[in-house]
This record gives sequence, C-alpha cells and structure tokens, in this order.
Amino acid sequence: MYSILKKEIAHFFSSLTGYLSIGVFLLLTGLVLWIFPGDNNILDYGYSSMESFFYMAPILFLILIPAVTMRSFSEEKNLGTLELLMTKPVKDMDIILGKFLASFILVVFAILPTFIYFWSISKLGAPEGNIDTGGVWGSYLGLLFLAGAFTAIGIFASSIATNQIVSFILSILLSAILFWSFDLVGGFPAFQGGIDYFIQQLGMNAHYVSISKGVVDTRDVIYFLSIIIVFVISTKTVLESRKW
Amino acid sequence: MSIKVESLTKKYGSQTAVDAISFDIPSGQIVGFLGPNGAGKSTTMKILTGYLNATSGNAYINGLEVEANGIEVRKQIGYLPENNPQYADMYVSEYLDFIARIYELKNIRGRVNEMIDMTGLTPERTKKIGQLSKGYRQRVGLAQAMIHNPNVLILDEPTSGLDPNQLVDIRKLIKEIGKEKTVILSTHIMQEVQAMCDRAIIIKAGKIVADDTISILTTSDQKKLVIEVEFVEQVNKEKLLQIDGVLEVHDIKANQWKIVAKKDENMRVRLFDFAKNNNYTLIKIQQQEQNMEDVFKQLTGK
Repeated sequence: MYSILKKEIAHFFSSLTGYLSIGVFLLLTGLVLWIFPGDNNILDYGYSSMESFFYMAPILFLILIPAVTMRSFSEEKNLGTLELLMTKPVKDMDIILGKFLASFILVVFAILPTFIYFWSISKLGAPEGNIDTGGVWGSYLGLLFLAGAFTAIGIFASSIATNQIVSFILSILLSAILFWSFDLVGGFPAFQGGIDYFIQQLGMNAHYVSISKGVVDTRDVIYFLSIIIVFVISTKTVLESRKW
Repeated sequence: MSIKVESLTKKYGSQTAVDAISFDIPSGQIVGFLGPNGAGKSTTMKILTGYLNATSGNAYINGLEVEANGIEVRKQIGYLPENNPQYADMYVSEYLDFIARIYELKNIRGRVNEMIDMTGLTPERTKKIGQLSKGYRQRVGLAQAMIHNPNVLILDEPTSGLDPNQLVDIRKLIKEIGKEKTVILSTHIMQEVQAMCDRAIIIKAGKIVADDTISILTTSDQKKLVIEVEFVEQVNKEKLLQIDGVLEVHDIKANQWKIVAKKDENMRVRLFDFAKNNNYTLIKIQQQEQNMEDVFKQLTGK
C-alpha cells in the first residue's frame, strides 16, 4: 500500500493537480475571509471567530476533492494500468487505501496552512487569544472527517466511471446529496416537529455542525467513519466486479 | 508443468470467449499462443494472471491454483498486458523503482539498474515514459514484467508495433530469457513464432485447434510437397506436369517453377532424372517447408 501511496502523492506534485488544488483552496478562503468585503469577511464581521471559514470550506471541498479524486481510478482504467497494478502482488484493498490516503493527505496539506487564520484571529482578539479554541479544534476535526467522506465518495465515483468528467460530476452529486439534501428535505413543513430530526441526522451537515460545536460525539465520529467505510467497500466491490 | 490449464472456460454473458481449453507447459519452454483477433488469447492470459476469474475449469501456475492463491501466483509471474499500459508521466527509473517496491524486492536500486542494462534502456533512463518511442516503451514493459525475476512470463503481444530492428532485439531478448524461464506469448506475426518459440498453441473461437512443436506443425498434415526448381533452358509446362507425382505447376519467373507434388521421398530424385533425361540444366531444386503462416491460415481460416 505504501508504494501506491507514494506513487500517488508523487503524481500530485509532479503534475499540477496538487499545487492547483491547494493553491485554489487557500486563495479562495484567503480572499473571502480577509480581503473581499462582505458577510464572510472576518475583519468586517468584527467577531473573533472562524465560523465563516468552516462554513465556506465544505463548499470548496465539494468541488476540489472531486477534482483531486476524479482521476484516481478513471485514468488507470483508461490507460489500462489498472490491469497492470491488479496483476501485481498487491491486494485490491491496498490499491484503494493507497489512493484514498494520498488524496486525503493532499486535502490535509490544503487545510494545514489555514492554521495561520486561526493564529491571526487569535492575535487580533481583544483581549489577545480570545477565541473559542475548543470550537475551532472541533471544527477542524469535523472538516477532516468531512474531507475523508468526500474523498471516499470521490474514489468510489472514479472507480465506476472510465471518463474523468463523469467521475467528477458524479462525485460532486453524491457528495452534495449526502451533505445537504437531508437537511433540505428535513426542512419541509410536512416533517416539522416529527421526523425532521431523524432525516437531518442522515445527512453529513448535521454531524459536521455537531462536531463543530467542539463536542466530539461518538455518534458523529461513527457516522463519518461509516460513510468512509461504505464507500471504500463499494469501491472494492466495483473493482472486483470485473471477475463476475 | 509451470503453466497448466484444465478445461478452462470463460463466458461473458452468453458469449463464450474461451471454451474448455486444456494445455500443459513444462518449464523452460517458449510457447506461442496464436489465434485470430477475438479468439480468446488475451482472456486466457488474463485468467492465468488472476485478473479475471474463469467461469469453470482451473489454471495452475507452478502447481498453485490461480484463483485461490492470487497474491502468491502474482509474485511468481511476470505479465505484460496487451497494449503495454504505462504511466506516461513517470520517469523510466522512477517507474521501475515503483514496480520493484510493489514486489517488495531487496536491493531495489541494483535490480532497477540491472533491468535497465538488460533491456538496453540505459540511454533513456532519465526520460519520461511518455517521451519514449514505442520500441523503448516495449522494453520498459518487459523490464517491469521481469524485474522480480519470475519463472513464468506471460506476454500479450510483446512485439506489436515495433520496427524490424527493434523486433530482432526484442526477440533476442525474449529468447534469451526463455532459456531459463517459461514464456507464453501471443502474437500475430507468424515468422516470430517460427523464430522464437519451441511450441505453438493455436486457438480459434475459444477452442484449441493445434498444439504442437513448431517443427511438427510446419511439416505435418500435408500430403503435398512444394518444390521450387529452376532450369537454364526453356522448359515446357506440359512436360513438367507429365512427371510422375506432380499435381500442379506454377511459374514464378522465366524458367522458375513451383511444383506441387504428392508427398514422396523420391520426388526430388525424379525431378533430377527428368532434367538429366531431357538434357536440361537444373540449377536450383529446393523443397519448401510449409511456414507457420500457411499453418495458421489452414487452421483458423474459414
């Protein structure tokens, strides 16, 4: 698995994929949070909080993570190199995990520099350091879980599609459905005061918001881990379907 | 028996790609796996490598059942898939290093250098695979298949798209390797089989139609004999046809004839006597062996 992981990471940084996705993520969050005037501008907002970053990051991830993962299996299938890999003494699962981890690590690299935002806000706080540190760490944890889930979805989408564009769109669609749609459906008046809570609990947003409060609830952790496991296993099933 | 296949069948839906084939290849043999496009060659090879599962029947590599021992079997084989898929954006040595790591080899650097040397890739080692010519890419494909020193090599069309010089090089390389290893290779070039292989297995529509050594395949079957003769003098075609045993006479050039005759030990003697008796000067007499191309056409044509 390590050799696959290494190869994938090397590919991200030998092609533009890695630099571009990290660059775009940091550029957009940087601009919106610090430069463009508006509701999301931290300086205009006047409160020492990273909320707008954690509101924005999932939306960017929704585009960027599919862009990173879309080639992982689609390209290999297209080139025929998947056959090459799968006739080497590696387990299918090792290939999947290698690719999953490589994309995930890339996303982590994109998140890491945003600690500067945290540090800056904390410095700007009055008094200095006045920021809900627990909440921020919780939100980062939530963001990591969310990134993991999006990555697993992206890898899965890429395993079904031979075409990278199809894989890209499919993974945006799947991620968006799991992230928002349950919230929206739960908001229908018909469900009010009844099963709306349960419907919302099916979606990722509810769990993301819950972790962001700084309280790590095992239910949220288990939810995200299940999403990741389900999609990783689905990918394995798709890869094995060649043998049927 | 380093490769053994027992009544292997592969169906894609209702279509039968490979139909109950069986063969047994002892170690140290180079076997040509021939057949028209779509005959099931690649499918058989994919099953041998464990990439696909057979619908029924068994395949064994070095006595190990392929499906049950996937990882172990893959360590013992080297496989060059059809069309030689590669990562175009990797450097030659980077790619071989990656493959060596997958095989968990020791002394990776030494082994990579050895393979680059062996396949003549030294001048290209710092290039990206995508920049290489087809011949060099083919060598990279062979290098990755052999890097872990497997004793069974499965090569799907290893020489497709090479120029004549590269062909000779690659053939030499494969022949060299075949001295110690078992090689099964598929190809469409019949001269290649004659040049490289000890044995040929010919399949058609998923069934084996011939499985023999090249020498038996090229001399077998015919009740006919083809002899090329050349005389100095003008010779009447009718006269040639009157020779005992001659069935057909075709002219090649002036005074050169291709004679199709009944298979008979004494045919050449009779031709010589014919020349002597008629005072013709016979300057060439050559019995032609049927080549693999003819055998292939006979066995797989419609």
